[in-house]
Amino acid sequence: MPPRPPLSIFTKMKRQAVLQNRNVLGWLQASPLAVVLLGFLVAPIVMIVIVSFWGATEYSIYPAFQFDNYEFLFGSSVTYTVFFNTFKYALITWAMTLVLGFTVAYFLAFEVRSLKWQIGLFLVCTIPFWTSNIIRMISWIPFLGRNGLANSTLISWGVIDEPLEWLLFSDFSVILAFVHLYTLFMVVPIFNSMMRIDRSLLEAARDCGASGFQTLRNVIIPLCKPGIMIGTIFVTTLVMGDFITVRFMSGSQRANVGRLISNDISLLQYPSASATAVVLLCTVLIVIALLLRLVDIRKEL
Amino acid sequence: MSIVSDLELVSLTKRYGQTVAVDAISHHFRAGTYACLLGPSGCGKSSTLRMIAGHESVSDGSVVLAGRDVSHLPPAKRGTAMMFQNYALFPHLTVRDNVAFSLRMAGVDKPERHKRADEMLELVEMTQYAARKPDQLSGGQQQRVALARALITRPQVLLLDEPLSALDPFLRIRMRAELKRLQRELGISFIHVTHGQDEALALADDIIVMNNARIEQAGPAREVFSAPRTAFVARFMGGHNVLSLPQGQIALRSDAMSIAPAQGGRLDGKVSNIEYQGTHVALTAQVAGDQEITALLSDEAFFAAPTELGQVIGLNWSDQAAHPLSE
Repeated sequence: MPPRPPLSIFTKMKRQAVLQNRNVLGWLQASPLAVVLLGFLVAPIVMIVIVSFWGATEYSIYPAFQFDNYEFLFGSSVTYTVFFNTFKYALITWAMTLVLGFTVAYFLAFEVRSLKWQIGLFLVCTIPFWTSNIIRMISWIPFLGRNGLANSTLISWGVIDEPLEWLLFSDFSVILAFVHLYTLFMVVPIFNSMMRIDRSLLEAARDCGASGFQTLRNVIIPLCKPGIMIGTIFVTTLVMGDFITVRFMSGSQRANVGRLISNDISLLQYPSASATAVVLLCTVLIVIALLLRLVDIRKEL
Repeated sequence: MSIVSDLELVSLTKRYGQTVAVDAISHHFRAGTYACLLGPSGCGKSSTLRMIAGHESVSDGSVVLAGRDVSHLPPAKRGTAMMFQNYALFPHLTVRDNVAFSLRMAGVDKPERHKRADEMLELVEMTQYAARKPDQLSGGQQQRVALARALITRPQVLLLDEPLSALDPFLRIRMRAELKRLQRELGISFIHVTHGQDEALALADDIIVMNNARIEQAGPAREVFSAPRTAFVARFMGGHNVLSLPQGQIALRSDAMSIAPAQGGRLDGKVSNIEYQGTHVALTAQVAGDQEITALLSDEAFFAAPTELGQVIGLNWSDQAAHPLSE
């Protein structure tokens, strides 16, 4: 075999060109997603921010750069009540979906031994998602109503004499619907985290004398943190941005920020709705930023 | 450092449904020895170890440690500690917290458990890595941490499940010297599961060869190697020819064979392969009955009178080198 000739300058130049080409190629590959994000995420948000500074009268809106909408928003006590309500819903829903979701995920991951059953039961969990959110919500109404299934059953059992008023069109029914709708968003990431826990870690914990509860507390929960965090972000953002559940399940008797925005929109008060949306967006972003400071999920993705 | 005591298995059995993984094995592990459970995969050696550790329930028979039946005690109450195959270090805890884990579970307060964890880390020369997480350590370092974590409970018996299999060959040899040193220093029993006979020979005082859920042969390493009782042991330990002769099967150490001119030995064979191995030459010959015999000759002896492929030679051995086998 003849010896290989040394690299000529020409070859070197060609290699450099390829390198540059690769850069170009990278940009090209990233551009479709960038275009989509730009068109469907960045542009609408920019639009909302711009409109939030516009002015409005009862019958028209006009371009301007004024802080009237924000002044009105921060000056009104309704805003604070509604934000408080939104946080309340988010917090309670989060706590309940976490407990439920963790329990379900734990059962699926550690109690169910065969993969076939794990997958089967997991699919069972997703059955509610075969219908739309709204239908799942509305189906609670005949169940919880004054003369609904829950009340009549309780009365026939003699548990109560009068129908319970707080079952429907109350904070209770709103939170119930939220928990129903969003628990799976907690189950999935936590289940995923749990399936990645090496089973020998649990044996090692047992070998070190840890009781079942100590293993849960010192090994499983810390290792599920990323899953819990992802689930938390799902649930809080979904609940904080929701308006339809609150409207249906409270019979329009309760409000959260989403409903504030939707009311403004139905009155064609777009600038005011935009301002509220911007404040809500910032609030949610701050919440997520705080959550991400607690747990670094990037490492886990 | 702790009271050394004997471990005894009394017709220990493990059944999974219909299959028997460990079939009524009995063995006495002398206190303070290094024992290796050796066998091919699926022979029941791991199940045996896990039953001793308490991670697998005992179907029948018992595990007796220091005169106490521990068969139904939880792992941490037995006086054993286990080192897992992949080390099973807690990824979210630092090295120090990993080592101190069992103390924390037992409710030992922080300064005390850190002090004892640091002592253990010193024993395995890992003090400088105390604040690191397991994923920042190399395989060998992780293994030291796993050792320290197992030893902090002051077990009477340390159980090691294929501890060296995850390491590269170079590190494996270094770590096995380390294991041996630790065992000597601590004076406790080590029971080490492996499928590598060289590893077992290098480490063990006693070797227990298992096959098909039973113990094939148990005894001091040298005895098991040089006087195999069954054809399986002879083949598995290596370095032997198993030869069927009219008077029965025998095992012949291949390094105890010598060659002679045709008709000059006990058997005639046709050379079918010659392999140069540096210090030795492995010569394979085809003998009557379609059997192969390997003779390991020193390179000096071979090259003094080289043979060629296809040549017919005589094979010789002394009577001491032959061991009758029971099937």
